[in-house]
Amino acid sequence: MPLLGRDVVLVDAVRSPFGRAKADGLYAHTRADDIAVAVVRDLLRRNPDLPPEHIGDVGIAATSQVGDQGLTLGRTVGMLAGLPRQVPGFAIDRMCAGAMTATTLLACQIAVGALDAAIAGGVEHMGAHPLGQGMEPNPRFISERLVSPDALVMGATAENLHDRYPALTRDRADAFGAASQAKYAAALAAGKITPDLVPVAVADPERGWGLATADEPPRPGTTVEGMAGLATPFRDGGRVTAATSSPLTDGATAALLTSADLAAELGLTPKLRLVSYAYSGVEPEVMGVGPVPATRKALEIAGLDIADIGMFEINEAFAVQVLAFLDAFGIADDDPRVNPYGGAIAVGHPLAASGVRLMLQLARQLAERPDVRYGLTTMCVGLGQGGTVIWENPHYGKEAQQ
Amino acid sequence: MSAERITHALVRDVDLAPFRATGTGPLVLGLVTLDNGEGFTKPNTLGPAGMAELRSAVAGLIERATRGEIQAIGVTGKPFHFAAGADLKGAATIKTEADALGIARAGHDAYRLLLDAPVPTFAFVGGVALGGGMELALSCSYRTVISSVRNLGLPEVALGLIPGWGGTYLAPGVVGIEKALEVIVANPLRNNKQLTGPAAAELGLMDVVLEPADFLAESLRWATAVLTGAVEVTRPAPVPAERWVATVEAARAQVDARLHGAAPAAYEALDLLTLSAQRDREASFAAEDAALARLLISPEFKASMHAFELTTSRAKRPVGAPPAEQARPVRSVGIAGAGLMASQLALLFARRMKAPVIMRDLDDARVERGLGFVSAEVDKLKAQGRIGDDEANRITSLVTGTTDLADLAGRDLVIEAVFEELDIKKQVFAELEQVISPETILATNTSALSVTAMAADLQHPERVVGLHFFNPVAQMPLVEVVRAAATDDAAYATAFAVAKACGKSAIAVADRPGFVVNRLLVRLLGEVLGSLEDGTAVETADAALRPLGLPMGPFQLLQLVGPAVAKHVLDTLRDNLGERYPTSPGLDRMVDDGAPFVTFEGRPNAGSPVDPSIASYFGSRSGHAQTDDELLARVRDALAEEVRLMMEEKVVTDTADIDLAMILGAGWPFHLGGITPYLQRTGAL
Repeated sequence: MPLLGRDVVLVDAVRSPFGRAKADGLYAHTRADDIAVAVVRDLLRRNPDLPPEHIGDVGIAATSQVGDQGLTLGRTVGMLAGLPRQVPGFAIDRMCAGAMTATTLLACQIAVGALDAAIAGGVEHMGAHPLGQGMEPNPRFISERLVSPDALVMGATAENLHDRYPALTRDRADAFGAASQAKYAAALAAGKITPDLVPVAVADPERGWGLATADEPPRPGTTVEGMAGLATPFRDGGRVTAATSSPLTDGATAALLTSADLAAELGLTPKLRLVSYAYSGVEPEVMGVGPVPATRKALEIAGLDIADIGMFEINEAFAVQVLAFLDAFGIADDDPRVNPYGGAIAVGHPLAASGVRLMLQLARQLAERPDVRYGLTTMCVGLGQGGTVIWENPHYGKEAQQ
Repeated sequence: MSAERITHALVRDVDLAPFRATGTGPLVLGLVTLDNGEGFTKPNTLGPAGMAELRSAVAGLIERATRGEIQAIGVTGKPFHFAAGADLKGAATIKTEADALGIARAGHDAYRLLLDAPVPTFAFVGGVALGGGMELALSCSYRTVISSVRNLGLPEVALGLIPGWGGTYLAPGVVGIEKALEVIVANPLRNNKQLTGPAAAELGLMDVVLEPADFLAESLRWATAVLTGAVEVTRPAPVPAERWVATVEAARAQVDARLHGAAPAAYEALDLLTLSAQRDREASFAAEDAALARLLISPEFKASMHAFELTTSRAKRPVGAPPAEQARPVRSVGIAGAGLMASQLALLFARRMKAPVIMRDLDDARVERGLGFVSAEVDKLKAQGRIGDDEANRITSLVTGTTDLADLAGRDLVIEAVFEELDIKKQVFAELEQVISPETILATNTSALSVTAMAADLQHPERVVGLHFFNPVAQMPLVEVVRAAATDDAAYATAFAVAKACGKSAIAVADRPGFVVNRLLVRLLGEVLGSLEDGTAVETADAALRPLGLPMGPFQLLQLVGPAVAKHVLDTLRDNLGERYPTSPGLDRMVDDGAPFVTFEGRPNAGSPVDPSIASYFGSRSGHAQTDDELLARVRDALAEEVRLMMEEKVVTDTADIDLAMILGAGWPFHLGGITPYLQRTGAL
């Protein structure tokens, strides 16, 4: 049965350039909340027809909600970005699917009429806040064998996927990883990446102020041959390498959601219309298969078949996890519908921020493809979850946009 | 000499292409970031090494601009700080005019590169920009400013200097001569008033105000718009030289009325602003070099630096205060009395300490008057927009009144502000001791009486301290914290904590009559009155002290204090300190007649003219009528004598506290360094 309530649209979405999470990375001396603020401000600047008072709530996700990612991000970022004081805000966490969850949750609120417009986003400064730092997993997880010890090590879960599905070989993963870099480089050269980036001023006590205008993680020119000798850091004799994993990343994203009615009333041009979404749990040891049941559920709600989906944005936490999804739905490794601009292996994966990056890339692709009606964004989530959102192309059946 | 905390000039290219709406070809801005590596708290300052780095950074960018590698040059600071100007600590150690000239020229040489750069130059003022920092911004073609900054300006004249890195030439070029006079001369003399970002843009010092959240990125976007012609910046056309000079002369008359030639800096600045009417940059720069070289080694600048150090550093860490941990918490306050001083204190405690305050006086009418004063003042603050409704409601709800002394029981601090008579105050303390706990701090706001005597007959004299607030309480930044013979560390520490919580600067003083400020002020007034009794002309006495540049003349001050109060304090200090606080039959008769010293309406001020007819009251002693110079020397010698006696009596531990007290408690000028640097340099001390 389709979702109830009012139609919800994604009007716009932007992101910061992504930086490498390291001591000399793009954002090494920039606060996480400042990156999020820059993104939210630019989102509003790009949409002057939306009076900010219309924004009913701000949900900002982060996986590590401590330090500069603590203190109720949605509220602090809203205040620091200069939103009117009456606009409330909250912080949210579903690990990698934080921004995706902020989006679907706020979309629901819009659908039921509790809000007319909202900002959903995420930020993760993995350089300042490595995943799991300061966490205290309950000892019962181990003593009762609720999860195996390596369920908390994402790379280990990727190795586990290779074990479970022997058809997922290192060769296929390497080829996929190399393709991700190549597709990103081509998209960048074709001007598909930069328009969605918010220039962020970055302080640096050693180099002076700079301006972040481009993604830092991609490694153009990566070849399968070059990957052959790479170490497998998660397991001796394993299959997962740095070239088939998303790099540790700093960055932020934000999306503007409204009811279709408000968009029409204000003359805003929707980029995506929400059709359905679903989250699903899987065994934590193979968290990478999460997108499979989540997608099945979302398709069922939408009343659609996988064959109806014309464009896929799958978060590439690891190459093997995308391949598991493709095998499950009988899609070829190099299907042009899948991640046409490359994915997280190239551009990076600032955990809770990535959900909206998938959406803004899907939106840009669908704008060029009025022949495609449906697209989906999906991602796996640590501790064994997956999330999928199915979107309809508002340009379907119209002229292509450039 | 303290080692220079070097402000580094870091250079990085910024590609402006993402901000460009139209056009092709490279658009790169070479960005200089000034950063002393000290985080958010310590401002960037420019010493010789820092200036050399800046110069070579700019020179490198100009070379690259010439080669076509960059299309614009930008200068910015670290977060919250652009540049606070020259390294004053270093400048204060300069001994020779030649070295001083070196400092002046180094700034001009670096900034001249920006002024002559082959590509547009931008200053992105994202924080404090004062003095040489502001001149750096003015040396660029365009300026953006962050809306949140509160410290912008050219405060050199307040410190005994002039804006000597191009300010007197550049500022009038950017904002016009009238506004340049305001920034360079009037604001520094107006308690060193500084500008906010929006105010600076309003004046035209800055071209555009941008919000803090993404200030630098938006500055770069704005710079791109300027570079691509999407934004145009206009400047006022210069006024004709004749009108320019006349404007400066009008300002000179105002400065003269205030300073009477007491300090050279303002006059040097006026001369330079006259010269800048010629719009001859190199002539102006050379004249700035020469003026700065003179001023940097002037005694007025040394004294100003001493004063600056005292007010910015010593004022925040009172010497002689016990460790703050020893203070008892003060969560509630009682005030004995509900008169004018008591009501001002009630407002201060309620507003700043956010503590419940109860005022006690003898009858309902007095209590009501006191409470009425508080609520009227709260209304004024609200009307001025200085407090909101919530704070107004909070303050008025915190202040209550009573006629029952017992209602002061349970208060952590009780301060008396009753009539300035020892017996009355002793009686109030004795009565209070019947109702308050032994732990309660008992404070007196006396300005001249002995705190030790006041505590003498109490069961717990160790909890008695003096907290001498100045009138008007809300405006005057100083509290003299008095340690009596029996005062213990806990009580004394608490008194400092209270002063701090009230937002005041405190100095530790011993329990000697008049403490510091009144002792010196009254000594000065006593000399002037004594001189009148000796037959000195009123006009002479009126003018004799002008070379000091005090905030007001002796007669205006006598009138502001009130002749009756002045007489009372003079008498009290004579009783306690001796005949050098002279009798003045003339003053006594003026008090009897209710005669004023100056002509005024409302409240007397520095400009209220002295009434020459008061001469008829004086001349009781057939002494020697004095000239201006003689009276000035007499006052200097008297102040020096009093300072020596105060040091002998250990009123304070260091003359620095006397200087700090006179600056904050009497508004004595920086160029005197308070008072002791001046007394030393004139040979009186």
